[in-house]
Amino acid sequence: MEFVDALINILNSTIRVSVPLLLACLAGLYSERSGVFDIGLEGKMLAGAFAGAAAAAVFASAWIGLLVAMLVSVGMALVHGFASITHRGNQIVSGVAINFIAAGSTIILGQAWFQQGGRTPSLPPEARFGAINLPGADALRDVPVIGQIYSGLLSGHSLLTYVAFLAVPFTWWVLFRTRFGLRLRAVGENPAAVDTAGISVAWLRYRAVICTGILTGMAGSYMALAQNAGFVKDMTAGRGYIALAALIFAKWRPVPAMFACLLFGFLDALAIRLQGTPLPVIGKVPVQFMQALPYVLTVILLAGFIGKAIPPRAGGVPYVKER
Amino acid sequence: MAEAAIELIGINKSFGAVRANRDIALEVPRGTIHGIIGENGAGKSTLMSILYGFYQADSGEIRVNGKPTAIKTPNDAIAVGIGMVHQHFMLVENFTVLENVILGAEGEPLLKKSIAKARSELQRLEREYGLEVDPDAIIEELPVGLQQRVEILKALYRGAEILILDEPTGVLTPAEADHLFRILQQLKDQGKTVVLITHKLREIMAITDNVSVMRQGTMVATRKTSETTVEELAELMVGRRVLLRVEKGDANPGDVKLLVKNLTVKDSRGVTMVDDVSFDVRAGEIVGIAGVAGNGQSELLEAISGIRKAVSGTVLLDNKAIDVTGNADPAELRDRGLAHVPEDRHHVGLVLSFEENENSILGYHDKPQYLKGPFLNLDAIQKDAQDKIAKYDIRPANPRLKTANFSGGNQQKIVLAREIEQDPGVLIVGQPTRGVDVGAIEFIHKRLIAMRDQGKAVLLVSVELDEIRSLSDRILVMFAGRIVGERGPEASEGEIGLLMAGVERKEAAE
Repeated sequence: MEFVDALINILNSTIRVSVPLLLACLAGLYSERSGVFDIGLEGKMLAGAFAGAAAAAVFASAWIGLLVAMLVSVGMALVHGFASITHRGNQIVSGVAINFIAAGSTIILGQAWFQQGGRTPSLPPEARFGAINLPGADALRDVPVIGQIYSGLLSGHSLLTYVAFLAVPFTWWVLFRTRFGLRLRAVGENPAAVDTAGISVAWLRYRAVICTGILTGMAGSYMALAQNAGFVKDMTAGRGYIALAALIFAKWRPVPAMFACLLFGFLDALAIRLQGTPLPVIGKVPVQFMQALPYVLTVILLAGFIGKAIPPRAGGVPYVKER
Repeated sequence: MAEAAIELIGINKSFGAVRANRDIALEVPRGTIHGIIGENGAGKSTLMSILYGFYQADSGEIRVNGKPTAIKTPNDAIAVGIGMVHQHFMLVENFTVLENVILGAEGEPLLKKSIAKARSELQRLEREYGLEVDPDAIIEELPVGLQQRVEILKALYRGAEILILDEPTGVLTPAEADHLFRILQQLKDQGKTVVLITHKLREIMAITDNVSVMRQGTMVATRKTSETTVEELAELMVGRRVLLRVEKGDANPGDVKLLVKNLTVKDSRGVTMVDDVSFDVRAGEIVGIAGVAGNGQSELLEAISGIRKAVSGTVLLDNKAIDVTGNADPAELRDRGLAHVPEDRHHVGLVLSFEENENSILGYHDKPQYLKGPFLNLDAIQKDAQDKIAKYDIRPANPRLKTANFSGGNQQKIVLAREIEQDPGVLIVGQPTRGVDVGAIEFIHKRLIAMRDQGKAVLLVSVELDEIRSLSDRILVMFAGRIVGERGPEASEGEIGLLMAGVERKEAAE
């Protein structure tokens, strides 16, 4: 039974680590499916985390924190949209700029407002998203396997975790079953076709980046208000880029995106778990190696195992009406 | 004359200093097929884009069915029953036919009902107009002819009564074009109005009821098709008399200059594109290769000119082998007197962001006459470019102008001047007049004939059957990577057309 416990333990932390990746990955999916590449997921997450933590600390409310996080993140997404949709700027440059702005301003504002070296004050439980126990979780705790999975793996996560996983089928439904989704996919493939069909390319893409902002705001909130109790500088630590990698790995499809994020999350959880544990045959492995492992595997997976990932055809290209 | 479906009155449109449309008046009677003809850049497409709401006229009035109508966006055009089939299809390539048809006309936020509605509506349109296409097929897996049909279906699904087609046959095989014309005829019989934009005179004569001619942004004439001739229309288009038939004497073939033996070429996916092809080209003759685009002509040219590796076979230039299966070097081939005018001048023939003078020596820039020590001799290059501009009547006559700013015909002349003026023994030419206007076509054809008369060997590949027939001394027909027949220039269009469709092979087997 010890093995099952250990496994559930790892899977549980896999879920925890995967949530911000998943939210950011779905965020990127909306934007990139509409033809706007977004390397600024990282920055928007970070800004969202900071804004969420700051607002939650001031108003002592997780919900206000979440709302402010999404507003700030959407604001930054709109800046990216303004640069790349309205002004047809280079989307990579604009995205990188967002990342720099977020990395710098969160620390400066944090120091100016709270004087804790760029941190926000530690949040009390009522200003965070606490664990939700699913009905009957305690009662089933001792039932072997099924009960363990239910109470140890499925129950006890924060609201945002459930939202993140429900966002996967929802995104699939939006993308493939609604008018908005049809147009969104079309504008990322051939904006001229959308334009001649009498639909505004710019407005459609703006709506897509707004979706991106909402989701990165949630991703940031999860990190600052659920996983941790406040904002620490540079707390996203490259998750925005890993989410992008997962998006490519999943070939811009929502359900594979979830599995890709879970895989990256699993590698991360495994690395944490194995730190300091001697491995059979190899012996003790330096911590740094274990920490690097997920990234090394990411590179290998992306380089060799996904086959040809075809991005949305109009991705990264500003739309100009041809003469 | 029936009531007018479309009336344009005094339409003006400028892009910066360029006046694309000046004071255009046009009347299209309902239930007719109306041709609009003119050279590239005459303003046809601009005019139709105004009618479809893509641009707005600076001044002027549009009347649809007699009522003055403001058309500000494509939506307005769709609302009054105008549909457009663009030259470059406006389709989402990885969507199904159904998804493309409903895009922008979904009706409600959820797709389920609109897809079901579109499915039954497509069946109705299919019955009424003979527009068969599988609604669940993915666009990129359909041949271009069918893709175009989807474009027509899109317009009809939106209730178009007036259908504008912009250069619809540019991408079609002769058989597909005939099928399209039958569809258009059927649309007309059902009372729809069709506006056909083209620069091909033959199509105008074949299908339209009336024809309007545009030149340099103005509408110069409107004629009943039955009362005009190809010669008159050509003259109206260009503004001077044009020789549509190329005049040439008999060929005087000499030694074999280029010999191709059992050449096989595969494309990047490993599909055999050129299959065991053998032929020769002699000094003083033009050998034309006819065929529908995509039957291996491009790969054949690329292999001979050293751009693409062949799998097997030999090619002899002046009786000396070209290493086509190994490292044939285009630069070395140029030194040996093999010049190549590539099919795709934009991507292979020219660097569009370079100045004209730079392109006019590109590939020959290491010849001593263009060098001063290790540096380019800019004065000599300018002088050389000026000479070529004068000799080939390249306009505007400015060697410092960016190449992208020249028209298609003039860009093609830049490439031809560069290759021909190096005095090669063998000239390989792909699609010499694609996207080139009538006046420049005449000039280019004359130059090619002149090359032949100087005793050069010319290998010509073109998908324009007329061009092949009027220039070639011998015609080889390619189908599915093989040469399926050789004919003289006197062979009829029908005979070669059948070979191009691969018909004779079946007959031979019977």
